[in-house]
Amino acid sequence: MGAAAIRLGVDIGGTFTDVVLEDGGGARVSAKVLTTLAAPEDAILEGIREVCRKADVAPGAIGQIIHGTTLATNALIERRGAKTALVTTKGFRDVIEMRTESRFEQYDLDLTLPEPLLPRNRRYVVTERVEATGRVLVPLDRAEVEALAEDLKAAEYDSVAIGLLHSYVNDAHEKAIRDVLAARLPGVALSLSSEVSPQMREYERFNTTIANAYIKPLMASYLGRLRERLAAEGVAAPVFLMHSGGGIISLETAAEFPVRLVESGPAGGAVFAADIAARHGLDKVLSFDMGGTTAKICLIRGRTPKTARVFEVARSYRFKKGSGMPISIPVIDMVEIGAGGGSLARVDAMRQIRVGPESAGSVPGPASYGRGGERPAVTDADLVLGKLDADNFAGGSIALYPDRAERALATALGEPLGMDPVEAAYGLAEVVDENMANAARVHAVENGEDISTYTMIAFGGAAPLHAARLCEKLGIARCLVPQGAGVGSAIGFLRAPFAFEANRTMLTRMSAFDGAAIAALFRDMAAEATAFVRSCDAAAPIRCDHKVYMRYRGQGWEIPVALCEADARAPEGATLLALFEREYSALFGRSVDGAEAEITVFSVNATTPAAKVRPAAAVPAGARVAPTGSRALFDAALGAPAEAALYPREDFGPGAFADGPALLTEAETTIVVPASRRAVALADGSIDVALKDTRR
Amino acid sequence: MTAPGKISTVAQQVIWNRLISVVEEQAQALVRTAFSTSVREAGDLSAGIYNEKGEMLAQAVTGTPGHVNAMAAAVAHFIRRIGRQSMFEGDVYLTNDPWEGTGHLHDITVVTPSFYQGRLIGFFASTAHVVDIGGRGFGADANSVFEEGLYLPIMKFAERGTVDRTLVAIIRGNVREPDQLVGDIYALATCNEIGHRRLVDTLKEFALDDLEAISAFILENSRRATLERIAALPRGRATGAMRIDGYDRPIDISVALAFENDRVTCDFAGTSPVDKKGINVPLVYTKAYACYALKCAIAPEIPNNAASLAPFEITAPPGSILAAERPAPVALRHVIGQMIPDAIFDALDKLLPGRIPAEGAGCLCNFQVSLRPRSDAPAPDAVRAEVLMFNSGGSGARAAQDGMSATAFPSGVMTMPVEATEQAGPIIIWRKELRPDSGGGGTFRGGLGQLMEIGPREGQEFDISAMLDRIHHPARGRHGGADGGATTIALDDGTALRGKGKQFVPPQRRVEMAFPGGAGYGDPAARDPVLVRRDLAHGYISAEVARSTYGLGEAEIADILQEAKRGDLF
Repeated sequence: MGAAAIRLGVDIGGTFTDVVLEDGGGARVSAKVLTTLAAPEDAILEGIREVCRKADVAPGAIGQIIHGTTLATNALIERRGAKTALVTTKGFRDVIEMRTESRFEQYDLDLTLPEPLLPRNRRYVVTERVEATGRVLVPLDRAEVEALAEDLKAAEYDSVAIGLLHSYVNDAHEKAIRDVLAARLPGVALSLSSEVSPQMREYERFNTTIANAYIKPLMASYLGRLRERLAAEGVAAPVFLMHSGGGIISLETAAEFPVRLVESGPAGGAVFAADIAARHGLDKVLSFDMGGTTAKICLIRGRTPKTARVFEVARSYRFKKGSGMPISIPVIDMVEIGAGGGSLARVDAMRQIRVGPESAGSVPGPASYGRGGERPAVTDADLVLGKLDADNFAGGSIALYPDRAERALATALGEPLGMDPVEAAYGLAEVVDENMANAARVHAVENGEDISTYTMIAFGGAAPLHAARLCEKLGIARCLVPQGAGVGSAIGFLRAPFAFEANRTMLTRMSAFDGAAIAALFRDMAAEATAFVRSCDAAAPIRCDHKVYMRYRGQGWEIPVALCEADARAPEGATLLALFEREYSALFGRSVDGAEAEITVFSVNATTPAAKVRPAAAVPAGARVAPTGSRALFDAALGAPAEAALYPREDFGPGAFADGPALLTEAETTIVVPASRRAVALADGSIDVALKDTRR
Repeated sequence: MTAPGKISTVAQQVIWNRLISVVEEQAQALVRTAFSTSVREAGDLSAGIYNEKGEMLAQAVTGTPGHVNAMAAAVAHFIRRIGRQSMFEGDVYLTNDPWEGTGHLHDITVVTPSFYQGRLIGFFASTAHVVDIGGRGFGADANSVFEEGLYLPIMKFAERGTVDRTLVAIIRGNVREPDQLVGDIYALATCNEIGHRRLVDTLKEFALDDLEAISAFILENSRRATLERIAALPRGRATGAMRIDGYDRPIDISVALAFENDRVTCDFAGTSPVDKKGINVPLVYTKAYACYALKCAIAPEIPNNAASLAPFEITAPPGSILAAERPAPVALRHVIGQMIPDAIFDALDKLLPGRIPAEGAGCLCNFQVSLRPRSDAPAPDAVRAEVLMFNSGGSGARAAQDGMSATAFPSGVMTMPVEATEQAGPIIIWRKELRPDSGGGGTFRGGLGQLMEIGPREGQEFDISAMLDRIHHPARGRHGGADGGATTIALDDGTALRGKGKQFVPPQRRVEMAFPGGAGYGDPAARDPVLVRRDLAHGYISAEVARSTYGLGEAEIADILQEAKRGDLF
C-alpha cells in the first residue's frame, strides 16, 4: 500500500464517533468524540485532529481512511430519506405493504404493523410481465413509461426505485425503464432491483431496492461533503467504506449502493474479533459484543465471520423477528438481542424475571446512576453483585449509588418474588446471561456448530462483566478480552480487505446441470465483483471465493456450499452434490434419500488478501500479580458470594496471571474472573480468561 | 444452598427460559428441513415438550393457533395407545388421526419419547401440514374421511432406531408426492431429536434426573397467572352468534360464554349440525381456536402449556359441525374453525366492551391448483404440478386502530412469495394487491382484503380447489361500523365460480378473486378527517366512498387526489 502506511479507521455510531490512527508499525492512538448528527463530518474532523495531535502526524500524512457508519441504518429507522418513488409490475403495487401477510406477534389484538418505506401514492405500476423462466410474457410499452416519467417529474422525486417481477432472471425491462427515466429525469437517483439485489423473492428484493433508493441522495451528499471537508483540512487520503459484509468498497460504489453500508459498524466489530482470532491462531471464535442496549453475537470460522444474504433492520416491536424490514444484501450473520447494561428488568404474570429489550438509555440510566431511574437495569445487578466498583465506574466519571440499585431491585423483583436484593440481582443477571447464551446456542445450532468447542472474544463496555458467566453456561473453556475493546469496530475497519460480493438467483436442478453455463455465470459474476474491488486498489492481487446455495428440490431453505477454484472453473454435478450432502448431513444429521437437489443462488466474493496478521508472541512465563485489595463478588456458578481479589489491568505484563475470583479493572470496563477461571495477560495485552485446569 | 433434588429459585427461572428456547429451536429445525411449502414458507407447524405424564410444558410460538390445544392433548393419546411399557429409546411415533392429532389427515403429528439415564422422562411432539395425503386431494368435496386420504393411526414409525419399512412403503404408495411426504416425516423426527439432545444438555448442566421439579414449577406458576387473569375479569355471561357460507347451506355458529371465578366456559350449543362435505371440525380443533381467541383477549402473554390452557373449558354438542365425529369429512376444518374467534368476539364484546375487534376475513383465503398439460394443445414443456397458496383478507378494525390489511387472523401463517410460487409450478399470478373499498367503514376502518388473478402458463390448464368463505356473509361491523367487502370468485369472462370445491378452468381463461375485507368499528361519521384524507390519497378508499361514507366534498376530494398525485405525504 506504500503511502498508506498511516491509516485511519472512522466509525460513526449513534452516540460516539470513534477515530483510530495506526501507523505501519502497528502503533495506535484513538479518539472518542460525540457524534454530530446534523453534520456527521464535524465529529470526524474533530476526531482526526485529536488523533493527529496525539500521534504527532500531519493530516496530509494520512494515507488511507476506512469509514463505517450507522447513518444509513438511522436514516431507515427514522425515515429521514429522500422523496422516493417505486416503479413496479402492474398488479404488484402493494408487495412491500402486504409483506408476508402474517403477524409477528400472535396474541396481541392491538398489534400495529410497521409502515412501508414508501406510501401507496408513491408506488407506480407499468404494464409488463416476465415469466419465472425469464421469457417475456407482456412486452414493456415505452410510451407508457414516457408518460410515467412526466408524472414522476411533475411530482419532483429525488430518487426512483425500479423493481419488476422476475428481474433477477431477466433485467431487460428494468434497464429499459432506467434508460427512459435517466433521459427525462436528469439528476434523479435511480436504483434497479436487478443490480441492488438480484435474488428471488419479490418482497425482500423490492424492499432492499427501495431502501437503497431512499437513502441514496442523503448518503451521496454526505460522502461528497466529507470528501470536501477532508480536502480543506489537508487530508488528501482516499476514503473507502466498510460494508455490511465485512469488506471495504470505494466511495463511488458506496454512493451507488448505500444500502450495503447498513450495519457496517457491527461488521467492523466482527472483523476486529476475526483479526484477534487470527493473531492467536484460533479457528473457531464466538465474538461477543455487549454495549448499553444490545448484545451482538457472531460466529467466526478460520478468521472469517459467517455471512448471510438477508437480514432485518428497524425492528419495531421488541426486536421481534418480522417486525422490521428485510434487506437482502451480503451481511455478516449476527444475532442482536436487547441485552445491554441499560436493559431493564421486571416480573411478569408468571413470576418470571424478564430483562430487556426496554433500556434505561443514558437518561435516566440505571437506578444506580442516581439520575431518576427507578427500575433495575443490568448495571444495577452488576453493581450489587460486586462486579462494579461504585466509586470507580467509567474511570470514576460516573458515581454509582448502590443503595438506589438495591432499592430498585427490591421493589421490582425482590418483593414480588420473596428475594433479598442480592438474590434478585443474581436472578436478574442469570436471566440476561441466559438470554444471551440461548441466542448464541440457537445461532450455533442453526449453523451446525458445537459452541463448546469455540473460544469467545469479548468486547464492548459490558461484555467483560458477563463473558465468563456466558462461557460457563456455554461450556466454553476460554475467553479473550482484547485491548482497545472500546473502539473495536474502528480497529476492525483497518483489518478488513477490499471486497465485493455478487449474488445471482438461477434455479438449477441437478438433473439439468449445465457445467458450462454455470462456469460462464461464475466468470461474469467474478468480472463484476473484481471490477468493484479493482476500483479500490489498482495493484493488489484479487481472489474470488465461489459459493452456491443448495437445497433439496421442494425445500425452502438453502444452505451455502463453498467451492474450490477448480470446481468453480469447471463445475461438475456429482462433485457439487457430494459437497452439498456432506454439508446437509453435518447440519441436520442425515441427508434425504431419493430427493433431488438443486442450486438456487450463485455467489462470488472478490477480495484482496486479508490484512497481514501480526501473530501474538508466545506468552512468557510470568508471575502471579499482587492484588491491590479485595471485594465481595457473587459467583453465579457457585450460587454464593466469594471474596474477589482486585487488580488494575495495567499491572498485568505479558504472562502475568491471577486466579479467580478476581476483578481486573480499567477505565472502560471491568473483567470479571469467577472462581472457576484464571486470568493471564498475553503478549499483545489481551487478557485470557480460561478454565483453571486448562493447561496451555 | 439448595437441597438435592430441589432446584433453586433462580435456577427454576433459568430452566423454564431454556425449555422455551429448546422448543423454538425444535420448530426452527423443522422449518429448515421440511419439504412442503405449507411448512417451510408458510410456517404451518408446531413443536412442544411434555413431561412424563404427557402434560405440555412449552410450545413454540408458530403460525398455527389451530395446533395449540390439539397438540397439547395429542401426547396423552400416544401414551394410551402405545403404552409406556412398549416405549423404548430410539422410538418415533406418528399419526394423522384428525381426532387424536390436529383435526385433518393433512397434519402429521410425530411424537418422540425422551429417555435420560435409561428412564422415560418426557416427550417431544411436532406437527406439520403436508401438501398431499392422497385421496381426493386437499379440498372440500369428500363425503367422508375415507375419501380424504391415507389414514395413519397412532403407531410406531421407528422402533429402537429402526424405521418401519412396511409403513414407509404403504405411505409412499398412497400419496401424490411421496418424496415430499416421507421427507417431511423425517424432518419431524429430526426436529424432535434436536429438542431431545438439547434437553439432555440442560439436565446435565443443572444436575437434574428428570423434569419433575421443573414441570411442577412451570405448571404451578402458569396456573396461578392464568387464574389471576380470570379472577380480574367481570363475572358474567354472554352469547354470540355468526352465520357463514358453508358448502351448500349456511352454517350457524352459536356460543355461550361465562366468566366464572376460576374458569372461563365456552359452549357451542345451537351450532349447525355436521355438514355433508369436508368442512367439519373435530372438537380438538374447535378447542384450539376457541382457546386462542379467549387467550388473546384475557391472557395474551401467558405461554401455552397444560396448566395455562386448563381453565378454559370448551364444549360443543356431539354431532354439531364443531364436534364432528368419525367418519365425517374434515379436510377443510380450518374454513369453519378459523371463524370461531369472530363468533366468540361477538360474545366477548358484551363482557369486555371496548377491547374486542370487529369481525375480519376469518379463515385464510386458500386455494390449491392442479395443473396439467392442456388436453387439446399441450406445450412441449408442459408439466403436472400441485400448487397450494395461502392468502389473507383484512382483519377487523380495533376499538382504537384500523384493521390490518391482507394480514392473517386468527391464523398466523405467511403467504408464499409470488416468484417462488411461479418457480414451483406452471402458473402465472397476474395480480396480487390490496383491494380498495373492501375495508368496512367506521371510526376505525377494517383492513383491506386483496385482489388476485391467476392463469396457467401457455400450453397448460388447471382445476382450482377453492377454500373460500364470506361470499354471502361478509364480516359484520361493530358498534356502528360497516361490514367488510364480501368474497368474490369468477372467471375473467364473468362466469361465476363456487367458493368451495374443485372446478375446471378452461385454458386461456383466468380466475379473478377478491378476498374479503375486515369490518369497521364505530360510526364512520366520527372518523378522524386526517385518516379519511390519507385513505383517499393512498387509494384505500375511492372518491365515491370518501363522499358517501365519510361525507367529503367534491372540491376537497379533487384537492386530495391532486396532492396524492404529487407524491405528498399524508
